[in-house]
Amino acid sequence: MKIAIRLAFKNLIKAGLRTWLNVTVLAFTFIFIVFYNGFINGWQDQAEQDEIAWQYGQGQLLQEGFDPQDPFTFQEGHALLPEDEQQNLVPVLIRQATLYPEGRLMPVVIKGIRADQQLLKLPTHLLEESSAQIPAIIGKRFATAANLKKGDQVLLRWRDKYGTFDASNFTVAGIFNTNSAAVDNGQIWVPLDKLWEMTGLTNEASFLIAKPGYQATATEGWEFKDLDYLLSDLRAAVNMERSTSAIIYLVLLCIALLAIFDTQVLSIFRRQQEIGTYIALGMTRKQVLGIFTVEGSMYSIFAMVVGGLIGLPIFIYTATQGIGLFDGIDEMGISIANRVYPTFGFGLVAGTVILLLISATLVSFLPARKIATMNPVNALKGKML
Amino acid sequence: MANENIITIKNLTKRFPVGNGEFTALKEINLGFEKGEFAGIVGPSGSGKTTLLNIIGSLDSPSEGQAIVMGKRISELSHKESAMLRNKYIGFIFQVYNLLPVYTVYENVEFSLILQKIGAPERKKMVMEALEWVGLQDMANKKPSKLSGGEGQRVAIARAMVKKPMIVLADEPTANLDAKNAHAIMQTMKNLNKELKTTFLFSTHDEKVMSYLDRIIYLDDGKVVKDEMITHKTESR
Repeated sequence: MKIAIRLAFKNLIKAGLRTWLNVTVLAFTFIFIVFYNGFINGWQDQAEQDEIAWQYGQGQLLQEGFDPQDPFTFQEGHALLPEDEQQNLVPVLIRQATLYPEGRLMPVVIKGIRADQQLLKLPTHLLEESSAQIPAIIGKRFATAANLKKGDQVLLRWRDKYGTFDASNFTVAGIFNTNSAAVDNGQIWVPLDKLWEMTGLTNEASFLIAKPGYQATATEGWEFKDLDYLLSDLRAAVNMERSTSAIIYLVLLCIALLAIFDTQVLSIFRRQQEIGTYIALGMTRKQVLGIFTVEGSMYSIFAMVVGGLIGLPIFIYTATQGIGLFDGIDEMGISIANRVYPTFGFGLVAGTVILLLISATLVSFLPARKIATMNPVNALKGKML
Repeated sequence: MANENIITIKNLTKRFPVGNGEFTALKEINLGFEKGEFAGIVGPSGSGKTTLLNIIGSLDSPSEGQAIVMGKRISELSHKESAMLRNKYIGFIFQVYNLLPVYTVYENVEFSLILQKIGAPERKKMVMEALEWVGLQDMANKKPSKLSGGEGQRVAIARAMVKKPMIVLADEPTANLDAKNAHAIMQTMKNLNKELKTTFLFSTHDEKVMSYLDRIIYLDDGKVVKDEMITHKTESR
């Protein structure tokens, strides 16, 4: 093995430009795979943290008639707060409503939440500080869409517990900025006490958000959904993006591997006499096959080194400074920050290294297989192929 | 037992497929070579010289008959056993030297010792000794591309001899050399033959080589037509 590595190293160095072209393409593929996956990992990590911090907490206890994905359940999906574990849960009541900003009509969701909660990053303290009759906080996206600013008063219409319409002006007590579109688009956050008063649904909630100390227990009429369940849609969206990007880097990888394959075919053709000499000197066919296979593996090792030298500064810079995305990316309906900080874990780098190492070794082995069945006399004459 | 053959060829025939038929390169060859012989197989192109050397070197196998080298029947050896036989007992010298271009002179000579898993200090001693035999100890760090034809062939001799093999098979070793270099090379090999008692077997049609041989086997159309021992009047040329 030592001799194969030494020979392979010297042969690759001697091949000069041909080697460095292959190495460059492979290194570019390595950087691209690591960078793109790092970007997606960073996006997923940030998005999950945002969703936990802004809406999911440590899980949610959903009223059995309430389905957050089905607006038709909003009207009836509520119940009295469960008696147990109230100190570890933040209740939220949801009602559908209609907003009339500047004479327009906008369907919205009113969410009642305790103004003194500190679990979510929502600035609910603004609700406490406001002296308005119905204070509300809204997200920046929604404020832009409805052309609202802090202090504006807008007419809101809703149904009470009997289904009777009621209407009143609410006051924008604050506008918050979040990466989580789900707590922003079409959402009006009001004090829970106020919503109970507006709807007559006193002490009722649609769902409860778990605090860190909450222990999930069977609660009649309520069903606990953990973070894996709540984040599954986000993860599915990220994985979809991951699969799409995999096609791009598989194409890149194929180009790099094809270059190595071609180089190996040419190399074996040009070095037939050398192969015959190895055999004459006492090497077995397997040992000679090993030299050519190791050469292929070494392309990937060189590519790691070159990729590391070029890629490392890029990885470190982007991981610390982040990558700024275009304005309005947060309006695409997916949870994504305006600046994503890629995460390059050991698993990602090691996985990419192993992928390149195995694939480069395999494409080098394929043309070199002929050596295992060759006639050394023909090889010495240069007539092996 | 002193005259026991280290190479025995019995009724050896070698055929190659050509188109739909066959070409017979060697026909019922019977030969024996003892330890320390300095012999040559002589004949025109296509007479079967190289084929016979290749079979003795276990690079090829007979179609019929037997080639027994160091007590091993060539036709019965596996690839691995053939490789071991070559590595341990046989050195090759080729017409175009066949040096590994990426290795230095030292590394080319060292190569077969690495295959024998000899330790680095011992290897160094053996390589420098072999380079001294051929007078190239000062060129150890040169690449083959920087050597002249004569120097390249001397490196090939050092590479073949460094492991002190029982047999050296030299296929037209002087074909690419001028007269002066050819004589120098032959003299070097003759000296090594005397000093180390290595059996040298040449394939050649070069008169200069023949003048050094102790035994000449004439091949024509795949058959041995003459096998004669040569008595040299003087040893120095």
